[in-house]
Amino acid sequence: MTSDIERPNRPALSLHVPEPNARPGDEIDFSHIAIPPAGSVRKPDVSASPAETHELVYSLVRVLDDEGRAVGMWDPRLDPDQLRRIYRDMVTVRIFDDRMYRAQRQGKTSFYMKSTGEEAVAVAAAHALDRDDMTFPTYRQQGILVARGYPLRDMMCQVYSNRADPLKGRQLPIMYSSREYGFFTISGNLATQYPQAVGWAMASAIRGDSRIASAYIGDGSTAEGDFHAAVTFAGVYRAPVILNVVNNQWAISSFSGIAGGELTTFAARAVGYGIAGLRVDGNDPLAVFAATRWAADRARLNLGPTLIEMFTYRVEGHSTSDDPSAYRPKNAGAAWPLGDPIARLKQHLVLLGEWDETRESDLLETVEAEVRAAQREAEKQGTLVTSSIEFPQDVTTMFEDVFEEMPWHLREQQAQMVAELEAKRK
Amino acid sequence: MNMIQAINSAHDVMMERDDRVVAMGEDVGFFGGVFRATEHLQKKYGRSRCFDTPISENGIIGTAIGMAAYGLRPVAEIQFADYIYPAFDQLVSEAARMRYRTAGEWTLPLTVRSPYGGGIFGGQTHSQSPESLFAHVAGLKTVIPSNPYDAKGLLIAAIEDPDPVLFFEPKRIYNGPFDGFFDRPVTPWAKHPKAEVPEGHYTVPLGKAAVVREGEAVTVVAYGTMVHVVLATIEAEGIDAEVIDLRTILPIDMDTIEASVKKTGRCVVVHEATRTGGFGGELSALVQERCFYHLEAPVQRATGFDTPYPHSLEWAYFPGPIRIGTAIKKALEV
Repeated sequence: MTSDIERPNRPALSLHVPEPNARPGDEIDFSHIAIPPAGSVRKPDVSASPAETHELVYSLVRVLDDEGRAVGMWDPRLDPDQLRRIYRDMVTVRIFDDRMYRAQRQGKTSFYMKSTGEEAVAVAAAHALDRDDMTFPTYRQQGILVARGYPLRDMMCQVYSNRADPLKGRQLPIMYSSREYGFFTISGNLATQYPQAVGWAMASAIRGDSRIASAYIGDGSTAEGDFHAAVTFAGVYRAPVILNVVNNQWAISSFSGIAGGELTTFAARAVGYGIAGLRVDGNDPLAVFAATRWAADRARLNLGPTLIEMFTYRVEGHSTSDDPSAYRPKNAGAAWPLGDPIARLKQHLVLLGEWDETRESDLLETVEAEVRAAQREAEKQGTLVTSSIEFPQDVTTMFEDVFEEMPWHLREQQAQMVAELEAKRK
Repeated sequence: MNMIQAINSAHDVMMERDDRVVAMGEDVGFFGGVFRATEHLQKKYGRSRCFDTPISENGIIGTAIGMAAYGLRPVAEIQFADYIYPAFDQLVSEAARMRYRTAGEWTLPLTVRSPYGGGIFGGQTHSQSPESLFAHVAGLKTVIPSNPYDAKGLLIAAIEDPDPVLFFEPKRIYNGPFDGFFDRPVTPWAKHPKAEVPEGHYTVPLGKAAVVREGEAVTVVAYGTMVHVVLATIEAEGIDAEVIDLRTILPIDMDTIEASVKKTGRCVVVHEATRTGGFGGELSALVQERCFYHLEAPVQRATGFDTPYPHSLEWAYFPGPIRIGTAIKKALEV
């Protein structure tokens, strides 16, 4: 190492570590966020070159204005029935989340993650895709399953790891999987689903299929190498894939600046890879729908991938194991300047004369009852009690599905485990 | 046929039979791979079934997983096994567990081919043997052929297998069996019986070892290049050893090993990979657990040393006839 004497008169370097502008005890401050007026962002033709989208990666596609009007070129002009279906699905996700969160607090499962404030990102996008398009979600897009009509009871059985858990108690709660519903299995290893989605889309193109893929990643996980590999492959092969970055501002306690969001936008990653990019108000269900439909149309027309930054906010903690008041001001979510996606769509529907308080209370009552009934049914199949060796599912299945056929060493270990459990129960 | 031609033929047979089979990897398309294992395939099957990829191993494996999840049967080449580590997470956390974590809903008929092992002056970035890292992972099968006939049959079996298979190719013997004597010329495969490779479709089952030489004095378990070095060693030393070519690292064919060790009462395990934590440790433990009362001497290991592969010193590193002969003699001493 060079000594101080050998390098006189040179200023000492210092490391920049990004910090959010408010920590616990500070007044929450979102004034640095530039919010263009709804309807102000241009909508390029679906056949536009990627470069023609690149100014949009620094802006924000918004359709719903402060009064709840749908304005501008991106208005998808959905009929009221479809708007109500999107609304109902978002409400269902929120009620489902609340019940499962409480179930975790009651010791019925080990873990839960809510998607409060991010319901539109999954639900409105799912409505804009075809039912048989494949999605590669993270753990906060259960709204896709809800929008596609996956049984709530089966979701709960997965959360409870019980006898009816389709995944036989092997996955963390909320790490759903359903091939039939076009919902790819969720990995706890971040970003791995991104190149997999691109590969799925490439395969669809290789086969001359017409289905496309849609992938999700969080802002924090864009720092993973898999993200960059995926966008490279997507660009190189013009894969029919939508690459969503859900910028909910927080990766556990690290804010988006730590993932490289301080100097530029996540949508701007598209520029360097030469693919289309959009930055979208993720709390605006109509903007999410319109952007997803636009990207899906491009993919279906063999015009390649689109990277969409869904700009939103993680209102709740990362998971039931996280206390966000330890690293950010309390009630930050309530102060989020882009509002709440459910409230915004409700306001829009009311403004259109397509919704009112009677219908609202009917809906809440119906969905609450549905979720409650699903929970009752799910709990009949058992819940996860972490302190017990009385497992809610058949424990011998532990050795199945490592390979299609069970090799001798796993059969031996299966027999050993059965003997151990018998000994423990004596 | 040499081993490269056999591997090329396995691709060809499978791409012809099953239009879900695609070949992908760095340089595998137009050029046919740096070792030419995928030569002519792009011309014959088109660019969407045999194509070059960006230099991104986790991208290659990540997208191959997505393709397999879609229903294709991708054969992904990692140019050298030393470069598989950037894809390690996709292999161990994703490919290996996909069937398990989805209770069989998503399965990955994925084959990953990669030239591995030393002996070509490849230095520490073109010579490593990572098989035990993958054998340690639940859900992956690991295959290493030792001759062209097996290479083609095992590769076809790997492509047809419903589970992800790592297929490590001992590049030292791509062109001919290597006997471990660095100063002797390599015999081309043409003079070897296992170089008679049928043109069409056949398989060599995964998970089955081969007894390549019967003997009474000691059992030697080896795979890949080491099979040939072992055979040359016992011939030079005049030892009546039984030689087992493992062919599949996992699942291990313990029945074949057990029967042999119970017959000979002695066992030597040979591999190129570094010794500590290497697959030889697992093999010796299994032999010890299952054949203890039949053993007349401790199980011996002849392996690479616990250092990275040194470029100019590779002949001292490589487990050759002297190291293997010493291990065998030690097993015969007691």
